[in-house]
Amino acid sequence: MEQKKLKGNSFKFGDDISTDLIAPGRYFHLRSNLAELAKHVLEDADPQFAKKVKKGDFVVGGRNFGLGSSREHAPAIIKLAGVGAVLAKSFARIFFRNCINVGIPALICDTDQIDEQNLLEIDLSEGIIYNRSKDTQIQFNPLPPVMIKILSDGGLTEHIKKNKGFNL
Amino acid sequence: MGKTIAEKIISSRAGRQVQAKDIVVVDVDVVMAQDGTGPLAVSQVEKMGFSKIKKPSSSILFIDHAAPSPRKELSNSHMVLRKFAQQTGAVVSDVGEGVCHQLLVEQYVCPGDVVIGADSHTCTSGALGAFATGMGSTDIAVGFALAQTWLMVPETIHINLQGTLPKGVFAKDIIIDLIGKITSDGATYKALEFSGSMLETMTIDDRFTISNMAVEAGAKTGLFPADQVTEAYLAERGRKKCFQEIKADADAAYVQTIDMDCSKLEPMVSKPHTVDNTVPVDQLDRISIDQVFLGSCTNGRLGDLALAAEILKGKKVASGIRLIVVPASREVYLKAIQKGIIEVLTQAGAAVMAPGCGPCVGVHEGILGDGEVCLSTQNRNFKGRMGNPDSYIYLCSPATAAWSAVKGYIADPREVWA
Ligand code: SF4
Repeated sequence: MEQKKLKGNSFKFGDDISTDLIAPGRYFHLRSNLAELAKHVLEDADPQFAKKVKKGDFVVGGRNFGLGSSREHAPAIIKLAGVGAVLAKSFARIFFRNCINVGIPALICDTDQIDEQNLLEIDLSEGIIYNRSKDTQIQFNPLPPVMIKILSDGGLTEHIKKNKGFNL
Repeated sequence: MGKTIAEKIISSRAGRQVQAKDIVVVDVDVVMAQDGTGPLAVSQVEKMGFSKIKKPSSSILFIDHAAPSPRKELSNSHMVLRKFAQQTGAVVSDVGEGVCHQLLVEQYVCPGDVVIGADSHTCTSGALGAFATGMGSTDIAVGFALAQTWLMVPETIHINLQGTLPKGVFAKDIIIDLIGKITSDGATYKALEFSGSMLETMTIDDRFTISNMAVEAGAKTGLFPADQVTEAYLAERGRKKCFQEIKADADAAYVQTIDMDCSKLEPMVSKPHTVDNTVPVDQLDRISIDQVFLGSCTNGRLGDLALAAEILKGKKVASGIRLIVVPASREVYLKAIQKGIIEVLTQAGAAVMAPGCGPCVGVHEGILGDGEVCLSTQNRNFKGRMGNPDSYIYLCSPATAAWSAVKGYIADPREVWA
């Protein structure tokens, strides 16, 4: 992955944040209008989130973040809302894969060390999250090399376009 | 070292011998998206610069989640899918045909196939002995364009099903109970593989119900061996040719084996708002319900509707309860009509809808009101799932659903046969 540093504030969520909470089924009709759908991102977990989040901020979850449906719209609107990375203790498989495909880092780490609205700096190549509010450091698990390749190409669409197929 | 079913299938499609944790690019046999995920997949195919797709006749777009369309935005999405199919030769399964996962097993998937779908319950086809898994729209776009995907060969949890089910207890109760034990992420990245003496008495519909919910434990897929039950199912549909026997090697390596004595099981319920929040039905307080949904890719099959009709025959749904019935496919619907099942259900007070997803995903046909409670045979009860975050969903078997519809609260179906 290229040298990349991210900086922003944390928005804390609990365990088992489902894709129904991230991109609710009642907005099914907005799936072809991601900019509109993004106004409702995570609405059923925190109704104010879309209004409060700023460019570069982080979504921080607990265990099994993103469980449920395969809807790629869920990570896509998190990215579209400006979020720089999603951090969680663990991710549901399809959501995790979708994050990489749409080009948003999904980092597995001990999120108990992060509270609401902590200022975080993340060095993707070092594998370290600096919690500036608490003056602590948290390590995150490195991504599998396949995913690093896709992410550094800017997501799966760009990877395939560039290589005219898989080059993993 | 022997191989699990997952390792066998992926080895054959990767063109080399693989084992758990290997990362491989594999050929895929069947690729699908539905009307919620398909439009994004279509636009990704275009963004990647492809004007053709690799295997049109096994690339399928299912219009099932919002079918018939309740609003113009969704009608427009449906048009995108139909147009893509026209241009590329992909197959459209249109309004009234039914739920993607049911149609996949009826018409498209063969044992030994690798199946990828832009829908998390694609794991349902694992019941036919296919490696079937859900992914997002961009992965599926690549699948359409190249008939390939990359994946990590999963480790496998072996579920050994022994004994016979007591009266009033069904396949749905097995899988709800199991998910309670494994928890919602206990099988993440892994495959579930089912075997054991219970399989001999289990119908193929039962297997579909169980494989369907593998993802609710986080699993990549839920595999059954392809045996004579599978062969009979395919033969009935004129697809005997695509049968091959598939089973794990006796010395296959599993990360875990879970033994289940099915003769000790009780009717189970998942309480709001997670599937692993399970409890035997007789340990629930009296929970009044407003709506009962019998249907979905989990339990909208002929055996499910027949069971509900057996319970509801000559009875009426309790006053104040809405019973919504949605057959999983046109084939199921037709057979249910021919057998008089639809008549029994309708006379009992059911509202029967066209084959499709029905109210399962909160788009139409039974969105809940504030504070309302739904008892459903579907696979997921997450907050907001049925269109309203201020409502409550309990999951159960078709028998529990039908009997509860009569009683007006969540009731123990064993009372029917007592
Ligand atoms: S019935 Fe429900 S779970 Fe099954 S495919 Fe449709 S929306 Fe998804």
